[in-house]
Amino acid sequence: MQNATEHTGIITRVNGPIVEARGMEYAGMQEVVEVGELRLMGEIIKVRNGVATIQVYENTTGLRPGEAVHCTGRPLSVLLGPGLLGTIYDGIQRPLQRIAEVDGPLLLRGEKVPPIDFTKSWHFKPLCKPGDSLAPGHPFGEVQETQSILHSILCPPKVSGTIQTIVPEGDYDGNTTVCTIRQEDGTLQDLTMYQWWPVRVPRPVQEREPLLEPLLTGLRVVDAFFPIAKGGASAIPGGFGTGKTMTQQALAKWCDAQIIVYIGCGERGNEMTEVLREFPQLKDPRTGRSLMERTILIANTSNMPVAAREVSIYTGITLAEYYRDMGYDVAIMADSTSRWAEALRELSGRLEEMPADEGFPAYLPAKLAGFYERAGKVTNLRGTIGTVSVIGAVSPPGGDFSEPVTQHTSRFIRCFWALDRDLANARHYPAISWLNSYSEYLVEVAQWWKSKDHEWKTNRGELMELLQKETSLQQIAKLVGPDALPDSQRLVLLIADFIKNAFLQQNSFDEVDMYCSPEKTTWMMRLLVKFNHRAQALIQKGASLGEINSLEHLPRLLRMKSEIPNHDTAKMAELEQAISSDLDALERRLNS
Amino acid sequence: MKMPGLVYRGVRNIDGPLVFLDGIDGVAYDELVNIVAPNGEQRLGKVLDVTSHAAVVQVFGGTDGLSPADTRARFLGHPLEVPVSRDMLGRVFDGLGRPKDGLPLPLCKERRDINGLPINPYAREYPRDFIQTGISAIDVMNTLVRGQKLPIFSGNGLPHNRIAAQIARQAKLLNEKVDFAIVFAAMGVKNDVARFFIDSFEKSGTLHKVAMFLSLADDPSVERMITPRSALTLAEYLAYDEGMHVLVIITDMANYCEALREIATARGEIPSRKGYPGYLYSDLASMYERAGRLANGTGSVTQIPILTMPNDDISHPIPDLTGYITEGQIVLERDMSQRGIYPPVAGLPSLSRLMKDGIGKGRTREDHPHVASQLFAAYSRVKDIRSLASVIGEEELSPTDKLYMQFGKAFEEKFLAQGEFEDRTIEQSLALAWEMLHILPRSELLRVSEEELQQHYDTLTDASVVEKITQDAQ
Repeated sequence: MQNATEHTGIITRVNGPIVEARGMEYAGMQEVVEVGELRLMGEIIKVRNGVATIQVYENTTGLRPGEAVHCTGRPLSVLLGPGLLGTIYDGIQRPLQRIAEVDGPLLLRGEKVPPIDFTKSWHFKPLCKPGDSLAPGHPFGEVQETQSILHSILCPPKVSGTIQTIVPEGDYDGNTTVCTIRQEDGTLQDLTMYQWWPVRVPRPVQEREPLLEPLLTGLRVVDAFFPIAKGGASAIPGGFGTGKTMTQQALAKWCDAQIIVYIGCGERGNEMTEVLREFPQLKDPRTGRSLMERTILIANTSNMPVAAREVSIYTGITLAEYYRDMGYDVAIMADSTSRWAEALRELSGRLEEMPADEGFPAYLPAKLAGFYERAGKVTNLRGTIGTVSVIGAVSPPGGDFSEPVTQHTSRFIRCFWALDRDLANARHYPAISWLNSYSEYLVEVAQWWKSKDHEWKTNRGELMELLQKETSLQQIAKLVGPDALPDSQRLVLLIADFIKNAFLQQNSFDEVDMYCSPEKTTWMMRLLVKFNHRAQALIQKGASLGEINSLEHLPRLLRMKSEIPNHDTAKMAELEQAISSDLDALERRLNS
Repeated sequence: MKMPGLVYRGVRNIDGPLVFLDGIDGVAYDELVNIVAPNGEQRLGKVLDVTSHAAVVQVFGGTDGLSPADTRARFLGHPLEVPVSRDMLGRVFDGLGRPKDGLPLPLCKERRDINGLPINPYAREYPRDFIQTGISAIDVMNTLVRGQKLPIFSGNGLPHNRIAAQIARQAKLLNEKVDFAIVFAAMGVKNDVARFFIDSFEKSGTLHKVAMFLSLADDPSVERMITPRSALTLAEYLAYDEGMHVLVIITDMANYCEALREIATARGEIPSRKGYPGYLYSDLASMYERAGRLANGTGSVTQIPILTMPNDDISHPIPDLTGYITEGQIVLERDMSQRGIYPPVAGLPSLSRLMKDGIGKGRTREDHPHVASQLFAAYSRVKDIRSLASVIGEEELSPTDKLYMQFGKAFEEKFLAQGEFEDRTIEQSLALAWEMLHILPRSELLRVSEEELQQHYDTLTDASVVEKITQDAQ
């Protein structure tokens, strides 16, 4: 790394993760520097009169004024190429597995392990021949990264030209030049399978596309009630213990994106370990391959340095954009964006900036907007469609959604899954409230659902209406007791109960119930709606609530989520038949 | 460069626990400082902020009696360290790891930086070993596992200390014979509380495997910042170097956070909620995260921090941020305590996040997860029905709702409540749970499977339950 032109400065002040250094006239904003004798990694965030303010991504204990700061001349970047999938990185893309092999179980400082093992060989297949012209973002080769993911080797976004040489198909490592191109100005550019990209700069695309397809998550409350579109942005706010992480993990396991980037931002170390231990055992319901093969983990646990926490979500989204540029559907889980915002606040406080709401810096909304806007469905530079869906957890203090992070976030997302403390207390998971959540993607994705079940939208509307009605009836029932209500209203309470227990509540540890296919979801919705219609009609005809509640096959309706496998439509139809004949029998009895 | 031993005389400003030094050179961030008061008394401090010629030092012993002209400071060239050794078990220390029991410091091979180093998430082992505490409310509903951090959220006057002592006394693993070593850290608590724990350990004959770090209410408040870190440094050494299983009890985190706020205010930092600094979360996490297991090690650190919620308010920043970091919480309820229920573990807000993987087939019993879920669901229904009953009167409730009321009462008085020295096995606790569920009609139990109902519900007859309950009552 060291060369004659390297610029160095001298540390003048150390205050936690913020370091000031003088003699930094040549340092650029956002440039990466190596600080002190240990060469800790940092980034320049302010330059004034030759004094640079640096945020250091590692613990600064023992650093003293007078030590040197080395400039590297490049902005904070991530390395992109085959070998990313299945790995766990820290916030600045250091591979935690190899660090553990080198340093043991504790994270030492100043460690510089390259993000990807360059000595590992990949089987490269060229897609071009000498003489072909290569445009930015177009692939010139491909590598089978995992069994299910074909990794296109893309020309970096700002490079183009005519291919001079390209290697034949074969195994090459990361240091090998696999392709040489002559650029328009006549210079030659060597390309390896890897490229760097600055994390704070969104990767360019051709065009943004409308979001029309749902991101199927396997969670009924999301798919049926508050759907998110592929390329959409969603927030999960909830107080502690309401199941943010559990919901994020369930989404990471079962959503139908091809690549998952899971960012543990300021959260528990054990949670990352859990994902690391559990995902390799689980199978992707669509490809049958291990879930870990499609997952990249970024871990900045709550005891790791706070400055790296600020960067971790940018690292994550840049990796996501890279796979999007190949044409994949990528989903990114950021757990939790509040910790990221708090990292901003902490750094801002150390910089002695003027605080806005609750001590957060005034640029918090701008930063949040910049992050969520990197989600989207796009035509990438190579002309294919790729998506990045962002699902961010928010941890409002005291579970109070009026705090700045929740409020600002809700301005930049279109899907809001509010977690409810009472539901969580009753262990009703996922604890997504049907009263406070919303999804603006509903209109866009309704068309897609229509192809699965043309009544999807009316069924959804009806179930939602029942739940709304139940809420207002409950208020009356709380005053007079449910028994004082007429049977038709008590039926609403009963069916709302069915919707909650048999449909919305989902057991993530039950082998059948943990993932619900769109077919089964539409079946279940249809069954519940139909049952509601028939039962209401029977009540009108004089049936009592007790008679309806004691129908022989009713318990099967309540257990269908765990007792009928996802693709067993025959069993679903049979259940529909059984319930319907129960109701018929009751009707005959009433008529006679 | 570095010149340990160089003594600086004179300080510029003194403000609360902070001392501002001028004209210094080569001082490192977080370095330990020896402050010598005019009367010759020595106090330790650490560097909070340093520029080329000035430093801000936080003094652990307090700044009483320091004068700007006659105070001397010696920078020691290393961050704060505590000695660690197996021989520290059975001893009492102050917050900085200096013996407080009148005996000399045990022979220690090394001293360690109290801040520790973060554990690489890749090198962690996911905690899954069920710890039987013998308390039904914890074992069945909020299971503690080895390597977990599970705080007790309490209030003033609630029996959190007795519960912590009971856990320490009864904790055992089901299929392994292990002796837990106990590291106890007290910050700002009264002398009697420390006395209570010492007595309790003495009575159960475990005092020889307890190391205590005491920084009591009359010790300088700044020392509380160091106490839990000293204790955790020893715990980590015992767990990861000596392969022991360590239970760390820390009380009271509220006092720690107040000390933190004091320092932040003295430094003129921009406060966040209720005057606590914006980095309270990171700071708490740097301690709570020091629990766990390593993938290739035998030992473990299990943390049971105790915090008293100011005004019993769970949304106060201290319990709130703690709940976001720890793996669940045991919440104590004043109302239940007033009714004489011990332990007054609140049914609904308590939670153990690691429970799901520590229980079930091959760990506790196959039906355990479903039973727990059913108890939560039923008890939450009880709460709804109680508020209904308070409006319309108990007489007006439907027959099913009346059964729920009965269940609620039995659940609190028979299942949750138990003796301070009563050690129930998990089998006993689960059997008791089924007895409680048997009060409810079979059709209400949707969260347990049909087979489980057949095996555990149908085998109980109403008569046998009534008999059992009346027997217990006598």
